Amino acid sequence: MQISRRGFFRVAAAGAAVATGGAARAEAAAPAADAVGMLVDTTRCVGCRGCEAACAEANGLPEPPGDACLDTRRETSEDAFTVVNRTEKAPGELRYAKQQCMHCLAPACASACPVRAMTKLPSGPVVYDAAKCMGCRYCMLACPFDVPKYEYRSAAPRVRKCTFCAERQAQGKAPACAEACPSGALTFGKRADLLEEAKTRIYGTKGAYLHHVYGEHEAGGTSWLYVTDVPPERLALKAGVPGKAFPELVSGALAAPPLVMTLWPPLLMGLYAITRRPKGGEGGAAAHEEDHHG
Amino acid sequence: MAEAAPGVATPAPSFLRDRILLGRTPREYLRAQLTPFNLVAAAILAVGLPLLVLRFWKGLGATTNLSQTAPWGIWIGFDMMTGIVLAAGGFTIGAAVQILGLERYHAIERPAILTAFLGYVMAVFGLLADLGRPWNIIQALFNYGTASVLFEVAWCVMCYTTVLLLEFTLPFFEWLGWQRFLPALRKALIALTVLSVIFSTMHQSALGSLFLIMPTRLHPLWYTPTIFVLFFVSAVIAGICMVIVESTLSHRVFADRVKGKHVDVDALTLGLGKAGALVTFAYFFLKVQGVVDGHAWHHLTTGWGAWFLVELLGFVLLPCLLFAYGVRHAKVRVVRIAAAIGVLGIVLNRINVSIVALNWQAPQRYVPSWMEVMVSLTLVTIGILLFRWIIHRMPILSDAAPADAAAQHRRRA
Repeated sequence: MQISRRGFFRVAAAGAAVATGGAARAEAAAPAADAVGMLVDTTRCVGCRGCEAACAEANGLPEPPGDACLDTRRETSEDAFTVVNRTEKAPGELRYAKQQCMHCLAPACASACPVRAMTKLPSGPVVYDAAKCMGCRYCMLACPFDVPKYEYRSAAPRVRKCTFCAERQAQGKAPACAEACPSGALTFGKRADLLEEAKTRIYGTKGAYLHHVYGEHEAGGTSWLYVTDVPPERLALKAGVPGKAFPELVSGALAAPPLVMTLWPPLLMGLYAITRRPKGGEGGAAAHEEDHHG
Repeated sequence: MAEAAPGVATPAPSFLRDRILLGRTPREYLRAQLTPFNLVAAAILAVGLPLLVLRFWKGLGATTNLSQTAPWGIWIGFDMMTGIVLAAGGFTIGAAVQILGLERYHAIERPAILTAFLGYVMAVFGLLADLGRPWNIIQALFNYGTASVLFEVAWCVMCYTTVLLLEFTLPFFEWLGWQRFLPALRKALIALTVLSVIFSTMHQSALGSLFLIMPTRLHPLWYTPTIFVLFFVSAVIAGICMVIVESTLSHRVFADRVKGKHVDVDALTLGLGKAGALVTFAYFFLKVQGVVDGHAWHHLTTGWGAWFLVELLGFVLLPCLLFAYGVRHAKVRVVRIAAAIGVLGIVLNRINVSIVALNWQAPQRYVPSWMEVMVSLTLVTIGILLFRWIIHRMPILSDAAPADAAAQHRRRA
C-alpha cells in the first residue's frame, strides 16, 4: 500500500513536472560535500555547561541558571538556545547531553516557511531572518525536534533557535559551544568526516556505545550527530523521529496544484458545454452562448 | 423589520435614506436598531475590539494561551480552518448553478457566495490577529517558499478572496445602480466560477496538507498521507450542509426579503440532501480508509479512539443516514437536522485536527484563554452583522435590490 501510494505520487509529480516545468519541487537538495557538522560524544561530556554559558554570551542571551537546574529535564527556550540534560546510566554513573537545533540536511522548518525566512545555508547552518518572517509559527510545528521557540511576550516577536554560530563560522571561527567545550565532547568539522569518526568510535571500542549514530538518519539526516551509551531519549533527545527527509512528506501534495490548474479549467468548461447543450441539437461549441445568469 | 415608514409625504429620492437607512430618517433607523440581538452584539464588540487592540499592543503572550508546544490556537483552528471550510458553499453552489447548469439552485447562489466572501474576510482578520508580525504578510508576495504548503494556502487565500470580491461586485453594483458594468460582470461570472472551483480545490485540500509535515504531532487516527483528500471532500460536505442551514435560516429570518419570489426551499433542500448523503457516504469510507492505511486500528480502543469514533459515527455516519432517510421519505426537517449535524461535524473535525489531536503526546494541553474565545466570537459577530446589513440592502436573496423594492413600495403607498 505504501509503495503504490508513493508510486502514485511519483506519477503525479512527473505529470506536474511535465505540465509546469516542476514548479513545486521540494528543495531537499543534497548538502554540499564539505558541509559542516558537529559530533557530540555524550560519553565524554562532564556536564560543566560551559557550552550553555558560551552560547548565551555569543548570542546575547541571559546567563544560564545554576547547576540545580540539572535536577529537572529542560527544553531549549527563546532565552536559551542550548541546554544540558542529565541522566544516570547506572546508579552514580552520570551522563549528560546538550540539545539544540539539529540543523537538518533537509530542514522541515525551512521547507515549511512560506516566505523563506528560515533557510539552510549550503555550508550547513539553518538560519532565520526576522525581517522576512510574518510570524505564522508553522516552522515550530513542522520541526520534529521541537526546536524553534517563539518570543510570545514581545509585540514584535521573533523565532529563536541555535544558529550553529553561522556568523562566527563565516569569520572562520568554530561555534562558541565547541570552542568552550573542555572535555572533547564536542567535535566540529565536516559532517562526512564526523560520521566516519562516530562509527570508528562505535565499532572501535566494543560495547562502549550503542550502535546508533543519532542524527545519521533522523529526519533524513542532521548536521549534528550524537553517539551515546544510553538510549537517546533518556538524554532528552527526541525519540521516534521518522528517518525520512520531512520536505518529502508534502512533495506529493504540492504536486497537485499544477495538475489542478491545468486540468480543472478544461474539465469544468467541458462540463459547462455538456450541460448547456440544447436537447436534440448537434452540440456545437457555439450552442451555449446565451446568458444564463441573473 | 425593514418596512419603509408609510404615510410620510414622499420626499425626493435620497441615496442615504433609500439605500442605507432603508427609507427611514436617521432617528427612526437608530431606534429600530435597539433589538436584543443588537444589544448582545454590541456587548460582544465592546469587549472584543479592545482585546484586539491589546493583542497588538502587548503581544500574543498577554492575550493568548499559546505556548512553545502549542503555537497554533483557536485563531487558526477555529477562525481559519473552520471559517474557510464553512465558506465552501460559495464554490459548491456556484459550480452547481454556473457549470452544471442546475438552475433551480440559482436562488441560493448569492447568499452562498456572500457567506463565502464574509467567511474569507473574517478568516483573514483572524489570521492577522494570529500572525506574530502581521506587517510582514506582504513578504509572501516577494519570497516564494514553494516547498511550503502554507505558501500555497497564502496564495489561495489572496486569489480566492479576490475572486469572491469580484463575484460580490455584481449584487453590489446592482445595489448602487451602476448598470454600465453589469453585462460584463454577468459574462465574467462563469469564468469567476471556474476560478473559484480551482482555488477552492487547492485551498481546501492544502489546509489538510499543512498537517502532512507533522507525522509525529498529529494523532495517527487523524494523520493520513491522503488528509488533503479528506479535507477537500469534507469541504464539499460543509458547503452543502451550510447552504441548507443557511437557506433555511435566511428565508425564515429575512422572509420579507423574498416576498413574491417563488422559491421552493423544500425542493432545493431535498435535492441538496441527496448530494449530501452521497458525499458524506464517500467521506465516511475515506475516513475509515485513513485508519486502515495508517495501521491505526489499535488506537481505536483508547480514549483518543473513542473521541475519533464520536466524530466518525456521530458526525459523519449519522448525518449521512439522516440525509438518506430524509430524502427517501421526503422529510425536509430530517434533512435540515442532518445538515446541522453535518456542519457541526466538519467544525469538530477541523478543531480535532488542528487543536485536539495535535501534539497529542505533549505533557500540557492547550486550552484557549477567554480573550482568544472573545476575539473569535467578535469576528463571528462582525461577520453576521455584515451579512445582515448587506442582505437587507443588496439583491442577495432576491434578484431585485431590497432597497429598490422598499422604495417602490413606498412610492406606491
